[in-house]
Amino acid sequence: MIEARELTKRYGDKTVVDHLSFTVKPGEVTGFLGPNGAGKSTTMRMIIGLDFPTGGSVTVNGRAYGKHAAPLHEIGSLLEAKSVHPGRTAFNHLMALAYTHGIARSRVDEVIELAGLTSVAGKRVGAFSLGMGQRLGIAAALLGDPAIVMLDEPVNGLDPEGVLWVRNLLRQLADEGRAVMLSSHLMSETALIADHLVIIGRGRLLADTTVDDFTQAAGGGGVKVASIEARKLRSLLAGPDVTISSSSAEELVVSGRDAHEIGAIAAQHGVALYELTPQSVSLETAFMELTSDAVEYHSAPVDASRKAA
Amino acid sequence: MTATTLPPGPARTTVHKVTGRRVLRSEWAKFWSLRSSWITLAVALLLLIALGSIASATYSPDAVANQGPPGPGSGDSDAVSLALLGVTFASLAVGVLGVLISAGEYSTGMIRSTLAAVPRRLLVLWSKSAVFGVVAFVLATIGALAAFQLGTLGLHGQKIALTMGDDGVLRSLVGAGLYLGLVGVFGVALGVVLRSSAGAIAVLVGVLLILPGLATLLPDSWEDSVTPYLPSNAGSAIYALHEASNSLSPWAGLAVFAGWVALTLAGAAGRLARTDA
Repeated sequence: MIEARELTKRYGDKTVVDHLSFTVKPGEVTGFLGPNGAGKSTTMRMIIGLDFPTGGSVTVNGRAYGKHAAPLHEIGSLLEAKSVHPGRTAFNHLMALAYTHGIARSRVDEVIELAGLTSVAGKRVGAFSLGMGQRLGIAAALLGDPAIVMLDEPVNGLDPEGVLWVRNLLRQLADEGRAVMLSSHLMSETALIADHLVIIGRGRLLADTTVDDFTQAAGGGGVKVASIEARKLRSLLAGPDVTISSSSAEELVVSGRDAHEIGAIAAQHGVALYELTPQSVSLETAFMELTSDAVEYHSAPVDASRKAA
Repeated sequence: MTATTLPPGPARTTVHKVTGRRVLRSEWAKFWSLRSSWITLAVALLLLIALGSIASATYSPDAVANQGPPGPGSGDSDAVSLALLGVTFASLAVGVLGVLISAGEYSTGMIRSTLAAVPRRLLVLWSKSAVFGVVAFVLATIGALAAFQLGTLGLHGQKIALTMGDDGVLRSLVGAGLYLGLVGVFGVALGVVLRSSAGAIAVLVGVLLILPGLATLLPDSWEDSVTPYLPSNAGSAIYALHEASNSLSPWAGLAVFAGWVALTLAGAAGRLARTDA
Protein backbone atom coordinates (compact mmCIF):
# COMPACT_ATOMS: atom_id res chain seq x y z
CA MET A 1 0.00 0.00 0.00
CA ILE A 2 1.23 3.47 -0.90
CA GLU A 3 -0.17 6.41 1.04
CA ALA A 4 0.60 9.98 0.05
CA ARG A 5 -0.53 12.69 2.43
CA GLU A 6 -0.36 16.35 1.40
CA LEU A 7 2.72 15.48 -0.62
CA THR A 8 4.36 18.63 -1.98
CA LYS A 9 7.44 19.32 -4.07
CA ARG A 10 8.70 22.76 -5.02
CA TYR A 11 11.68 23.68 -7.14
CA GLY A 12 12.35 27.33 -6.39
CA ASP A 13 8.99 29.05 -6.84
CA LYS A 14 7.62 26.35 -9.16
CA THR A 15 5.31 23.90 -7.40
CA VAL A 16 5.48 20.57 -9.19
CA VAL A 17 3.47 18.50 -6.73
CA ASP A 18 0.88 20.38 -4.72
CA HIS A 19 -0.62 18.88 -1.54
CA LEU A 20 -1.29 15.57 -3.21
CA SER A 21 -3.07 12.86 -1.22
CA PHE A 22 -3.99 9.43 -2.54
CA THR A 23 -3.80 5.76 -1.67
CA VAL A 24 -2.74 2.81 -3.79
CA LYS A 25 -4.44 -0.29 -2.40
CA PRO A 26 -3.42 -3.94 -2.61
CA GLY A 27 -5.26 -6.15 -5.07
CA GLU A 28 -5.96 -3.25 -7.42
CA VAL A 29 -4.36 -1.65 -10.41
CA THR A 30 -4.27 2.08 -9.81
CA GLY A 31 -3.81 4.24 -12.88
CA PHE A 32 -1.88 7.44 -12.18
CA LEU A 33 -2.90 9.83 -14.90
CA GLY A 34 -2.05 13.32 -15.92
CA PRO A 35 -0.82 15.31 -18.88
CA ASN A 36 2.91 15.72 -19.44
CA GLY A 37 4.45 17.83 -16.72
CA ALA A 38 1.65 17.11 -14.25
CA GLY A 39 4.10 15.84 -11.64
CA LYS A 40 3.65 12.08 -12.07
CA SER A 41 7.32 11.20 -12.31
CA THR A 42 8.29 13.53 -9.49
CA THR A 43 5.65 11.91 -7.28
CA MET A 44 6.97 8.46 -8.11
CA ARG A 45 10.54 9.55 -7.40
CA MET A 46 9.42 10.79 -3.99
CA ILE A 47 7.68 7.48 -3.28
CA ILE A 48 10.96 5.58 -3.63
CA GLY A 49 13.03 8.20 -1.85
CA LEU A 50 14.98 9.55 -4.80
CA ASP A 51 13.60 13.05 -4.33
CA PHE A 52 12.83 14.56 -0.94
CA PRO A 53 9.36 16.12 -0.47
CA THR A 54 9.22 19.81 0.33
CA GLY A 55 6.14 19.10 2.44
CA GLY A 56 3.81 16.28 3.37
CA SER A 57 4.79 12.65 3.38
CA VAL A 58 4.47 9.41 1.52
CA THR A 59 4.75 5.92 2.95
CA VAL A 60 5.24 2.51 1.42
CA ASN A 61 3.63 -0.31 3.40
CA GLY A 62 3.36 2.03 6.36
CA ARG A 63 6.90 3.38 6.39
CA ALA A 64 9.01 5.90 4.55
CA TYR A 65 10.86 4.09 1.76
CA GLY A 66 14.28 4.73 3.26
CA LYS A 67 13.28 3.09 6.54
CA HIS A 68 12.82 -0.32 4.96
CA ALA A 69 15.64 -2.77 5.57
CA ALA A 70 15.01 -4.55 2.26
CA PRO A 71 13.10 -2.08 0.05
CA LEU A 72 13.18 -4.14 -3.16
CA HIS A 73 10.94 -6.69 -1.44
CA GLU A 74 8.43 -3.97 -0.52
CA ILE A 75 8.13 -2.14 -3.82
CA GLY A 76 9.60 -2.72 -7.24
CA SER A 77 9.70 0.23 -9.58
CA LEU A 78 10.32 1.14 -13.17
CA LEU A 79 11.02 4.82 -13.70
CA GLU A 80 10.26 6.56 -16.95
CA ALA A 81 13.82 7.44 -17.90
CA LYS A 82 16.30 4.63 -18.44
CA SER A 83 17.97 3.82 -15.15
CA VAL A 84 20.58 1.41 -16.43
CA HIS A 85 24.25 1.69 -17.36
CA PRO A 86 24.36 0.98 -21.12
CA GLY A 87 27.76 -0.71 -20.84
CA ARG A 88 26.50 -3.51 -18.62
CA THR A 89 24.69 -6.62 -19.81
CA ALA A 90 21.08 -7.14 -18.77
CA PHE A 91 22.09 -10.07 -16.58
CA ASN A 92 24.89 -8.17 -14.86
CA HIS A 93 22.60 -5.20 -14.24
CA LEU A 94 20.01 -7.37 -12.53
CA MET A 95 22.68 -9.33 -10.67
CA ALA A 96 24.21 -6.11 -9.29
CA LEU A 97 20.80 -5.14 -7.91
CA ALA A 98 20.24 -8.67 -6.61
CA TYR A 99 23.49 -8.65 -4.63
CA THR A 100 22.34 -5.70 -2.52
CA HIS A 101 19.48 -7.83 -1.17
CA GLY A 102 21.17 -11.21 -1.25
CA ILE A 103 18.71 -12.31 -3.94
CA ALA A 104 19.68 -15.63 -5.54
CA ARG A 105 20.94 -15.91 -9.08
CA SER A 106 18.04 -18.25 -9.83
CA ARG A 107 15.57 -15.41 -9.22
CA VAL A 108 17.52 -13.21 -11.66
CA ASP A 109 17.21 -15.94 -14.31
CA GLU A 110 13.53 -16.21 -13.46
CA VAL A 111 12.71 -12.54 -14.03
CA ILE A 112 14.81 -12.52 -17.21
CA GLU A 113 12.71 -15.37 -18.54
CA LEU A 114 9.51 -13.76 -17.34
CA ALA A 115 10.36 -10.56 -19.21
CA GLY A 116 11.21 -12.51 -22.34
CA LEU A 117 14.84 -11.38 -22.30
CA THR A 118 16.54 -14.79 -22.14
CA SER A 119 18.05 -14.53 -25.61
CA VAL A 120 19.53 -11.07 -24.97
CA ALA A 121 20.48 -11.38 -21.30
CA GLY A 122 24.19 -11.42 -22.20
CA LYS A 123 23.93 -8.38 -24.44
CA ARG A 124 24.95 -4.92 -23.34
CA VAL A 125 21.95 -2.76 -22.54
CA GLY A 126 23.18 0.07 -24.78
CA ALA A 127 22.20 -2.04 -27.79
CA PHE A 128 18.64 -2.56 -26.52
CA SER A 129 15.59 -1.12 -28.23
CA LEU A 130 13.23 1.04 -26.18
CA GLY A 131 10.88 -1.91 -25.76
CA MET A 132 13.63 -4.24 -24.56
CA GLY A 133 14.77 -1.55 -22.14
CA GLN A 134 11.21 -1.40 -20.76
CA ARG A 135 11.16 -5.17 -20.34
CA LEU A 136 14.47 -5.02 -18.48
CA GLY A 137 13.04 -2.29 -16.24
CA ILE A 138 10.00 -4.45 -15.49
CA ALA A 139 12.26 -7.43 -14.78
CA ALA A 140 14.18 -5.26 -12.30
CA ALA A 141 10.92 -4.14 -10.68
CA LEU A 142 9.86 -7.76 -10.11
CA LEU A 143 13.28 -8.91 -8.88
CA GLY A 144 12.40 -8.74 -5.19
CA ASP A 145 8.95 -10.31 -5.65
CA PRO A 146 7.57 -7.10 -4.14
CA ALA A 147 4.19 -6.47 -2.55
CA ILE A 148 3.86 -3.28 -4.59
CA VAL A 149 4.77 -2.76 -8.22
CA MET A 150 5.09 0.81 -9.49
CA LEU A 151 5.67 1.45 -13.17
CA ASP A 152 6.12 4.80 -14.88
CA GLU A 153 4.75 4.68 -18.44
CA PRO A 154 5.40 0.94 -18.77
CA VAL A 155 3.97 0.50 -22.25
CA ASN A 156 6.11 3.25 -23.78
CA GLY A 157 7.96 1.83 -26.75
CA LEU A 158 6.43 -1.62 -26.49
CA ASP A 159 5.03 -3.37 -29.54
CA PRO A 160 1.36 -4.52 -29.42
CA GLU A 161 2.39 -7.94 -28.13
CA GLY A 162 4.41 -6.25 -25.39
CA VAL A 163 1.50 -3.99 -24.47
CA LEU A 164 -0.76 -7.00 -24.11
CA TRP A 165 1.91 -8.75 -22.03
CA VAL A 166 2.16 -5.79 -19.64
CA ARG A 167 -1.62 -5.61 -19.37
CA ASN A 168 -1.93 -9.29 -18.46
CA LEU A 169 1.06 -9.17 -16.15
CA LEU A 170 -0.29 -6.23 -14.17
CA ARG A 171 -3.72 -7.83 -13.93
CA GLN A 172 -2.13 -11.00 -12.63
CA LEU A 173 0.02 -9.13 -10.11
CA ALA A 174 -3.06 -7.36 -8.77
CA ASP A 175 -5.03 -10.61 -8.65
CA GLU A 176 -2.23 -12.08 -6.54
CA GLY A 177 -3.04 -9.36 -4.02
CA ARG A 178 -0.26 -6.94 -4.87
CA ALA A 179 -0.76 -3.20 -5.16
CA VAL A 180 -0.04 -2.06 -8.70
CA MET A 181 0.47 1.56 -9.66
CA LEU A 182 1.10 2.62 -13.20
CA SER A 183 1.39 6.08 -14.62
CA SER A 184 0.30 7.13 -18.07
CA HIS A 185 -0.82 10.14 -20.01
CA LEU A 186 -3.18 7.99 -22.09
CA MET A 187 -6.65 7.55 -20.61
CA SER A 188 -7.88 4.94 -23.08
CA GLU A 189 -4.87 2.70 -22.49
CA THR A 190 -5.11 3.03 -18.72
CA ALA A 191 -8.85 2.35 -18.61
CA LEU A 192 -8.15 -1.07 -20.08
CA ILE A 193 -5.77 -2.02 -17.27
CA ALA A 194 -6.73 -0.05 -14.20
CA ASP A 195 -9.43 -0.48 -11.55
CA HIS A 196 -8.84 2.80 -9.84
CA LEU A 197 -7.81 6.18 -11.21
CA VAL A 198 -5.83 8.96 -9.61
CA ILE A 199 -5.81 11.90 -12.00
CA ILE A 200 -3.56 14.88 -11.44
CA GLY A 201 -2.84 18.11 -13.24
CA ARG A 202 -0.25 20.72 -12.33
CA GLY A 203 0.62 18.63 -9.32
CA ARG A 204 -2.92 18.77 -7.89
CA LEU A 205 -5.39 15.97 -7.45
CA LEU A 206 -8.18 16.34 -10.02
CA ALA A 207 -9.99 13.05 -9.52
CA ASP A 208 -9.71 9.99 -7.33
CA THR A 209 -12.26 7.58 -8.68
CA THR A 210 -12.87 4.13 -10.11
CA VAL A 211 -12.65 3.44 -13.81
CA ASP A 212 -16.34 2.41 -13.82
CA ASP A 213 -17.48 5.65 -12.24
CA PHE A 214 -15.31 7.69 -14.53
CA THR A 215 -16.65 5.87 -17.57
CA GLN A 216 -20.24 6.31 -16.43
CA ALA A 217 -19.74 10.00 -15.77
CA ALA A 218 -18.11 10.39 -19.12
CA GLY A 219 -21.07 8.71 -20.81
CA GLY A 220 -23.57 11.27 -19.42
CA GLY A 221 -23.45 13.52 -22.44
CA GLY A 222 -27.22 13.61 -23.04
CA VAL A 223 -29.17 12.61 -26.11
CA LYS A 224 -29.34 14.60 -29.29
CA VAL A 225 -32.80 14.73 -30.88
CA ALA A 226 -33.70 16.35 -34.16
CA SER A 227 -37.26 16.96 -35.32
CA ILE A 228 -39.15 19.50 -37.39
CA GLU A 229 -41.49 19.87 -34.40
CA ALA A 230 -38.68 20.55 -31.96
CA ARG A 231 -40.73 23.09 -30.05
CA LYS A 232 -43.61 20.74 -29.43
CA LEU A 233 -41.19 17.97 -28.48
CA ARG A 234 -39.48 20.23 -26.00
CA SER A 235 -42.60 20.74 -23.96
CA LEU A 236 -43.47 17.04 -24.15
CA LEU A 237 -40.07 16.01 -22.81
CA ALA A 238 -39.94 18.55 -20.02
CA GLY A 239 -39.85 17.13 -16.51
CA PRO A 240 -38.42 17.76 -13.07
CA ASP A 241 -34.95 16.22 -13.64
CA VAL A 242 -34.75 16.97 -17.32
CA THR A 243 -32.68 19.71 -18.85
CA ILE A 244 -33.01 20.55 -22.49
CA SER A 245 -30.84 22.80 -24.53
CA SER A 246 -30.91 23.51 -28.23
CA SER A 247 -28.28 24.58 -30.64
CA SER A 248 -30.58 25.19 -33.61
CA ALA A 249 -34.31 25.43 -34.31
CA GLU A 250 -34.73 21.74 -35.03
CA GLU A 251 -32.23 20.22 -32.60
CA LEU A 252 -32.40 19.47 -28.89
CA VAL A 253 -29.89 18.04 -26.48
CA VAL A 254 -31.72 16.28 -23.69
CA SER A 255 -30.26 15.06 -20.46
CA GLY A 256 -32.29 13.27 -17.83
CA ARG A 257 -34.11 11.01 -20.28
CA ASP A 258 -32.48 8.26 -22.32
CA ALA A 259 -33.02 7.64 -26.02
CA HIS A 260 -35.54 4.91 -25.25
CA GLU A 261 -37.89 7.20 -23.36
CA ILE A 262 -37.55 10.04 -25.81
CA GLY A 263 -38.41 7.78 -28.75
CA ALA A 264 -41.43 6.38 -26.91
CA ILE A 265 -42.76 9.83 -25.98
CA ALA A 266 -42.30 11.14 -29.51
CA ALA A 267 -44.10 8.15 -31.03
CA GLN A 268 -46.95 8.43 -28.52
CA HIS A 269 -47.56 12.02 -29.58
CA GLY A 270 -46.95 11.46 -33.27
CA VAL A 271 -43.84 13.61 -33.49
CA ALA A 272 -41.55 12.51 -36.31
CA LEU A 273 -37.86 12.34 -35.40
CA TYR A 274 -35.08 12.33 -37.94
CA GLU A 275 -32.24 11.92 -35.49
CA LEU A 276 -31.92 10.32 -32.04
CA THR A 277 -28.33 9.94 -30.86
CA PRO A 278 -26.91 9.30 -27.38
CA GLN A 279 -24.01 11.70 -26.96
CA SER A 280 -21.29 9.45 -25.62
CA VAL A 281 -18.18 11.35 -24.65
CA SER A 282 -15.04 9.32 -25.18
CA LEU A 283 -12.86 8.62 -22.15
CA GLU A 284 -10.06 10.54 -23.80
CA THR A 285 -12.30 13.58 -24.30
CA ALA A 286 -13.53 13.42 -20.73
CA PHE A 287 -9.94 13.17 -19.53
CA MET A 288 -8.89 16.12 -21.66
CA GLU A 289 -11.82 18.19 -20.39
CA LEU A 290 -10.86 17.36 -16.82
CA THR A 291 -7.24 18.28 -17.30
CA SER A 292 -7.57 21.08 -19.85
CA ASP A 293 -6.92 23.78 -17.27
CA ALA A 294 -3.94 21.91 -16.02
CA VAL A 295 -2.11 21.19 -19.22
CA GLU A 296 1.43 22.46 -19.12
CA TYR A 297 2.01 22.75 -22.85
CA HIS A 298 -0.97 23.64 -25.01
CA SER A 299 -0.50 23.06 -28.68
CA ALA A 300 -1.71 25.75 -31.04
CA PRO A 301 -4.80 24.94 -33.14
CA VAL A 302 -3.83 23.27 -36.38
CA ASP A 303 -4.69 26.18 -38.66
CA ALA A 304 -2.84 28.65 -36.45
CA SER A 305 0.32 26.61 -36.59
CA ARG A 306 -0.07 26.28 -40.31
CA LYS A 307 -0.26 30.04 -40.63
CA ALA A 308 2.85 30.44 -38.55
CA ALA A 309 4.72 28.00 -40.75
CA MET B 1 10.82 -12.44 -27.34
CA THR B 2 7.96 -14.37 -25.91
CA ALA B 3 5.84 -13.45 -23.00
CA THR B 4 5.56 -16.01 -20.26
CA THR B 5 3.47 -16.16 -17.18
CA LEU B 6 4.80 -15.19 -13.80
CA PRO B 7 6.54 -18.01 -12.01
CA PRO B 8 6.09 -18.06 -8.29
CA GLY B 9 8.63 -15.76 -6.64
CA PRO B 10 10.98 -16.86 -3.91
CA ALA B 11 9.33 -17.68 -0.64
CA ARG B 12 8.90 -14.53 1.40
CA THR B 13 11.00 -16.06 4.15
CA THR B 14 14.20 -15.61 2.15
CA VAL B 15 14.13 -11.83 2.50
CA HIS B 16 17.59 -10.49 3.33
CA LYS B 17 18.39 -7.03 4.62
CA VAL B 18 20.57 -4.61 2.73
CA THR B 19 23.91 -4.61 4.54
CA GLY B 20 27.28 -2.99 3.98
CA ARG B 21 28.71 -6.35 2.95
CA ARG B 22 25.98 -6.88 0.34
CA VAL B 23 26.40 -3.37 -1.05
CA LEU B 24 30.16 -3.98 -1.29
CA ARG B 25 29.45 -7.19 -3.17
CA SER B 26 27.15 -5.30 -5.53
CA GLU B 27 29.65 -2.51 -6.16
CA TRP B 28 32.39 -5.09 -6.74
CA ALA B 29 30.21 -6.80 -9.36
CA LYS B 30 29.31 -3.45 -10.94
CA PHE B 31 32.96 -2.46 -11.19
CA TRP B 32 34.11 -5.59 -12.96
CA SER B 33 31.07 -5.83 -15.25
CA LEU B 34 32.01 -2.71 -17.22
CA ARG B 35 34.49 -2.86 -20.05
CA SER B 36 35.77 0.63 -19.24
CA SER B 37 37.08 -0.61 -15.88
CA TRP B 38 39.25 -3.28 -17.48
CA ILE B 39 40.53 -1.00 -20.24
CA THR B 40 41.38 1.92 -17.98
CA LEU B 41 43.07 -0.29 -15.39
CA ALA B 42 45.12 -1.91 -18.14
CA VAL B 43 46.14 1.51 -19.44
CA ALA B 44 47.16 2.65 -15.95
CA LEU B 45 49.23 -0.49 -15.37
CA LEU B 46 50.82 -0.22 -18.79
CA LEU B 47 51.81 3.41 -18.21
CA LEU B 48 53.20 2.58 -14.80
CA ILE B 49 55.28 -0.39 -15.91
CA ALA B 50 56.28 0.68 -19.41
CA LEU B 51 57.35 4.25 -18.60
CA GLY B 52 59.30 3.09 -15.53
CA SER B 53 61.17 0.36 -17.33
CA ILE B 54 61.86 2.50 -20.37
CA ALA B 55 63.23 5.33 -18.24
CA SER B 56 65.46 2.87 -16.39
CA ALA B 57 66.63 1.14 -19.57
CA THR B 58 67.56 4.39 -21.29
CA TYR B 59 69.29 5.87 -18.23
CA SER B 60 72.74 7.24 -18.86
CA PRO B 61 74.93 8.77 -16.13
CA ASP B 62 76.64 10.93 -18.77
CA ALA B 63 73.48 12.78 -19.66
CA VAL B 64 74.10 15.28 -16.90
CA ALA B 65 77.39 16.28 -18.57
CA ASN B 66 75.56 17.42 -21.68
CA GLN B 67 74.19 20.41 -19.79
CA GLY B 68 70.73 19.36 -20.94
CA PRO B 69 67.73 20.19 -18.81
CA PRO B 70 67.45 17.84 -15.89
CA GLY B 71 64.79 15.30 -16.54
CA PRO B 72 64.17 11.61 -16.71
CA GLY B 73 67.36 9.75 -17.36
CA SER B 74 69.62 12.57 -16.29
CA GLY B 75 72.36 12.08 -13.77
CA ASP B 76 70.62 13.12 -10.55
CA SER B 77 67.95 10.42 -10.77
CA ASP B 78 67.71 7.47 -8.46
CA ALA B 79 66.47 4.01 -9.34
CA VAL B 80 63.12 4.57 -7.63
CA SER B 81 62.29 7.87 -9.30
CA LEU B 82 63.09 6.32 -12.67
CA ALA B 83 60.93 3.28 -11.99
CA LEU B 84 58.05 5.48 -10.81
CA LEU B 85 58.17 7.92 -13.70
CA GLY B 86 54.77 6.66 -14.82
CA VAL B 87 52.95 7.47 -11.57
CA THR B 88 51.76 10.90 -12.72
CA PHE B 89 50.35 9.47 -15.93
CA ALA B 90 48.86 6.46 -14.18
CA SER B 91 47.28 8.81 -11.63
CA LEU B 92 45.30 10.43 -14.46
CA ALA B 93 44.01 7.07 -15.69
CA VAL B 94 43.13 5.93 -12.16
CA GLY B 95 41.51 9.26 -11.24
CA VAL B 96 39.44 9.30 -14.43
CA LEU B 97 38.25 5.75 -13.78
CA GLY B 98 37.25 6.79 -10.27
CA VAL B 99 35.19 9.63 -11.75
CA LEU B 100 33.57 7.29 -14.29
CA ILE B 101 32.53 4.87 -11.55
CA SER B 102 30.53 7.51 -9.72
CA ALA B 103 29.66 10.30 -12.17
CA GLY B 104 28.96 7.64 -14.81
CA GLU B 105 26.00 6.49 -12.72
CA TYR B 106 24.53 9.97 -12.90
CA SER B 107 25.05 10.44 -16.63
CA THR B 108 23.48 7.06 -17.45
CA GLY B 109 20.65 7.17 -14.89
CA MET B 110 21.96 4.04 -13.16
CA ILE B 111 22.09 6.03 -9.93
CA ARG B 112 18.28 5.80 -9.70
CA SER B 113 18.42 2.00 -9.71
CA THR B 114 21.32 2.04 -7.28
CA LEU B 115 19.70 4.35 -4.75
CA ALA B 116 16.31 2.65 -5.06
CA ALA B 117 18.02 -0.60 -4.06
CA VAL B 118 20.11 1.05 -1.34
CA PRO B 119 18.21 3.95 0.23
CA ARG B 120 20.94 4.35 2.85
CA ARG B 121 22.88 6.27 0.27
CA LEU B 122 26.17 6.68 2.10
CA LEU B 123 26.65 2.89 1.99
CA VAL B 124 26.93 3.29 -1.77
CA LEU B 125 29.62 5.98 -1.48
CA TRP B 126 31.68 4.04 1.06
CA SER B 127 31.39 0.83 -0.95
CA LYS B 128 32.34 2.45 -4.24
CA SER B 129 35.33 4.14 -2.60
CA ALA B 130 36.44 0.98 -0.81
CA VAL B 131 36.13 -1.27 -3.85
CA PHE B 132 37.99 1.03 -6.18
CA GLY B 133 40.49 2.31 -3.60
CA VAL B 134 41.57 -1.24 -2.77
CA VAL B 135 41.61 -2.40 -6.40
CA ALA B 136 43.68 0.63 -7.45
CA PHE B 137 46.05 0.22 -4.48
CA VAL B 138 46.68 -3.47 -5.11
CA LEU B 139 47.18 -3.14 -8.86
CA ALA B 140 49.28 0.01 -8.61
CA THR B 141 51.52 -1.59 -6.00
CA ILE B 142 52.01 -4.61 -8.23
CA GLY B 143 52.71 -2.24 -11.13
CA ALA B 144 55.24 -0.21 -9.13
CA LEU B 145 57.05 -3.35 -7.96
CA ALA B 146 57.10 -4.69 -11.52
CA ALA B 147 58.39 -1.38 -12.90
CA PHE B 148 61.19 -1.39 -10.32
CA GLN B 149 62.15 -5.00 -10.97
CA LEU B 150 62.18 -4.48 -14.73
CA GLY B 151 64.11 -1.27 -14.14
CA THR B 152 66.88 -3.03 -12.22
CA LEU B 153 67.57 -5.04 -15.37
CA GLY B 154 68.16 -1.81 -17.28
CA LEU B 155 70.26 -0.32 -14.49
CA HIS B 156 72.43 -3.39 -14.02
CA GLY B 157 75.96 -2.31 -13.16
CA GLN B 158 75.04 1.38 -12.88
CA LYS B 159 76.10 3.35 -9.83
CA ILE B 160 72.51 4.29 -8.94
CA ALA B 161 71.19 0.72 -9.07
CA LEU B 162 69.26 -0.30 -5.95
CA THR B 163 67.67 -3.47 -4.69
CA MET B 164 64.30 -3.98 -3.06
CA GLY B 165 65.99 -4.38 0.31
CA ASP B 166 67.64 -0.95 0.24
CA ASP B 167 66.51 1.76 2.60
CA GLY B 168 63.21 3.36 1.60
CA VAL B 169 62.77 1.43 -1.64
CA LEU B 170 59.89 -0.77 -0.56
CA ARG B 171 58.25 2.17 1.23
CA SER B 172 58.40 4.24 -1.97
CA LEU B 173 57.04 1.49 -4.18
CA VAL B 174 54.15 0.59 -1.88
CA GLY B 175 53.74 4.34 -1.35
CA ALA B 176 53.10 4.76 -5.07
CA GLY B 177 50.35 2.15 -4.71
CA LEU B 178 48.88 3.98 -1.71
CA TYR B 179 49.00 7.29 -3.57
CA LEU B 180 47.23 5.86 -6.61
CA GLY B 181 44.66 4.11 -4.42
CA LEU B 182 43.85 7.46 -2.81
CA VAL B 183 43.73 9.17 -6.21
CA GLY B 184 41.11 6.60 -7.19
CA VAL B 185 39.00 7.46 -4.15
CA PHE B 186 39.51 11.16 -4.89
CA GLY B 187 38.06 10.56 -8.38
CA VAL B 188 35.04 8.69 -6.98
CA ALA B 189 34.36 11.51 -4.51
CA LEU B 190 34.74 14.24 -7.14
CA GLY B 191 32.29 12.39 -9.39
CA VAL B 192 29.67 12.32 -6.62
CA VAL B 193 30.20 15.99 -5.78
CA LEU B 194 29.95 17.21 -9.39
CA ARG B 195 27.73 14.47 -10.91
CA SER B 196 29.28 15.13 -14.30
CA SER B 197 32.11 13.12 -15.79
CA ALA B 198 33.49 16.00 -17.83
CA GLY B 199 33.38 18.46 -14.93
CA ALA B 200 34.90 16.06 -12.44
CA ILE B 201 37.70 15.03 -14.81
CA ALA B 202 38.50 18.71 -15.43
CA VAL B 203 38.74 19.38 -11.71
CA LEU B 204 40.81 16.24 -11.19
CA VAL B 205 43.36 17.26 -13.82
CA GLY B 206 43.36 20.82 -12.54
CA VAL B 207 44.02 19.82 -8.95
CA LEU B 208 46.59 17.09 -9.58
CA LEU B 209 48.52 18.52 -12.53
CA ILE B 210 47.87 22.21 -13.02
CA LEU B 211 47.69 23.46 -9.45
CA PRO B 212 51.35 22.68 -8.63
CA GLY B 213 52.40 24.61 -11.73
CA LEU B 214 50.22 27.58 -10.82
CA ALA B 215 51.70 27.64 -7.34
CA THR B 216 55.11 28.57 -8.79
CA LEU B 217 53.56 31.93 -9.73
CA LEU B 218 53.10 32.76 -6.05
CA PRO B 219 55.64 35.00 -4.31
CA ASP B 220 58.58 32.93 -3.03
CA SER B 221 57.73 33.27 0.65
CA TRP B 222 54.18 31.99 0.01
CA GLU B 223 55.27 29.36 -2.42
CA ASP B 224 57.47 27.67 0.16
CA SER B 225 54.69 27.41 2.70
CA VAL B 226 51.86 26.49 0.29
CA THR B 227 53.40 24.25 -2.35
CA PRO B 228 54.25 21.21 -0.21
CA TYR B 229 50.65 20.98 0.97
CA LEU B 230 49.02 20.90 -2.46
CA PRO B 231 47.37 17.50 -3.00
CA SER B 232 49.67 15.97 -5.61
CA ASN B 233 52.82 17.51 -4.12
CA ALA B 234 51.99 16.20 -0.66
CA GLY B 235 51.07 12.81 -2.08
CA SER B 236 54.28 12.50 -4.08
CA ALA B 237 56.35 12.58 -0.89
CA ILE B 238 55.33 9.01 -0.08
CA TYR B 239 56.81 7.59 -3.28
CA ALA B 240 60.01 9.70 -3.39
CA LEU B 241 63.11 7.85 -2.20
CA HIS B 242 64.79 10.98 -0.92
CA GLU B 243 62.95 13.78 0.81
CA ALA B 244 63.31 16.89 -1.38
CA SER B 245 64.34 20.14 0.26
CA ASN B 246 60.92 21.75 -0.14
CA SER B 247 58.75 18.77 0.63
CA LEU B 248 56.99 17.04 3.49
CA SER B 249 58.28 13.82 4.99
CA PRO B 250 56.84 10.69 3.31
CA TRP B 251 54.21 9.84 5.89
CA ALA B 252 53.28 13.47 6.63
CA GLY B 253 52.82 13.97 2.89
CA LEU B 254 50.60 10.92 2.61
CA ALA B 255 48.58 12.11 5.60
CA VAL B 256 48.06 15.54 4.04
CA PHE B 257 46.96 13.99 0.75
CA ALA B 258 44.65 11.61 2.59
CA GLY B 259 43.24 14.69 4.32
CA TRP B 260 42.40 16.28 0.98
CA VAL B 261 40.72 13.07 -0.14
CA ALA B 262 38.77 12.83 3.13
CA LEU B 263 37.61 16.43 2.70
CA THR B 264 36.35 15.68 -0.82
CA LEU B 265 34.65 12.52 0.43
CA ALA B 266 32.90 14.54 3.13
CA GLY B 267 31.65 16.93 0.47
CA ALA B 268 30.46 13.98 -1.60
CA ALA B 269 28.67 12.46 1.40
CA GLY B 270 26.90 15.76 2.10
CA ARG B 271 25.76 16.17 -1.49
CA LEU B 272 24.68 12.56 -1.84
CA ALA B 273 22.73 12.36 1.40
CA ARG B 274 20.95 15.71 1.23
CA THR B 275 20.04 16.39 -2.37
CA ASP B 276 17.61 14.78 -4.80
CA ALA B 277 19.17 12.03 -6.86
